[in-house]
Amino acid sequence: MNERPEAAGSAGRAGNGIEGCALVTGASRGIGAAIAKALAREGWPVGVNYRSDAESAEAVVKEITDAGGRAVAVQADIVDPETVDTLFKRLEEELGPVLVLVNNAGVRADGLSPQIDDEDWAKVIDTNLSAAFRLTRRALRPMIRNRFGRVVNIASIVGAEKANPGQANYAASKAGLVAMTKTVASEVARRGVTVNAVAPGLIETDMTEGLGNGLLDLVPARRAGTPDEVAACVRFLTSGDAAYVTGVCLTVDGGLTA
Amino acid sequence: MSTTVTREQIEQRVFTALEEFGAEPDQINADAEFEGMDVDSLDLVELAQIVEDEYGVQLKGEDMEGIKTVRQAVDLVMSKLQ
Repeated sequence: MNERPEAAGSAGRAGNGIEGCALVTGASRGIGAAIAKALAREGWPVGVNYRSDAESAEAVVKEITDAGGRAVAVQADIVDPETVDTLFKRLEEELGPVLVLVNNAGVRADGLSPQIDDEDWAKVIDTNLSAAFRLTRRALRPMIRNRFGRVVNIASIVGAEKANPGQANYAASKAGLVAMTKTVASEVARRGVTVNAVAPGLIETDMTEGLGNGLLDLVPARRAGTPDEVAACVRFLTSGDAAYVTGVCLTVDGGLTA
Repeated sequence: MSTTVTREQIEQRVFTALEEFGAEPDQINADAEFEGMDVDSLDLVELAQIVEDEYGVQLKGEDMEGIKTVRQAVDLVMSKLQ
């Protein structure tokens, strides 16, 4: 069996002796990388999923293992339904059943609505919403059987909370993700499985580069957030302390939508 | 999957699963209705998953429609095994 290494602090651990691992999609950089590292610090062996940037994913793995944690880089284009089962089986063999799933992988293809073509619409919905559902569906199997599971979907304040011109596809995908979160949460709550979302506002990452300059003045905190600040919320929602928190969307935006 | 699985083995496995779901052991028998044992839709989803994992039989939502008793569930699994 896979033993989780002792976490530095035990406060956030599930603490019920269940052996398993965490899978973070799109974890080679930005918010995903920060989440992978945060979960590793909690003692979870982590599957660091990436699509194309193997070098960055390996760097995340190295950082985790150097700090005494366990992690493997797992390549998979999560949009491809065929790869989902392969991804889970590999992790099950190497690290144990996936009991924490963080659907973080996301894409943007911005444009004002008259200029968003079918391809850009489909690409964003497929990655941000449909792939997240497929992964969740697959992950629920071991979670339900183990009477423990944590799904955290990385949404956005753009969507149900807020309009952002040029992101009709992105907003629709993220609003859908929150709706999916709430529905699945209500279906599986009695099995000890929680399903929540985290909605970051303006966060300093490659993906948001160039987006925010005018926006910063609107943020009550007067600064962009960091990937670590988003990861901290995910860490809480995956912990034993959050066992009674399910179906929520936790906003991390420095007050932008307050 | 193995063709040597018997009806009794499957029935026994269903009984064990029902106990795990919280059904009272003395209420569990082949003709007991799931509803009467407080076995709900999520329990049936998990039962389908157990059957798939252990016997390689895939049960879809539509297959499960109208399945009300243990006997009907075991009949369904047996029919898929053949």
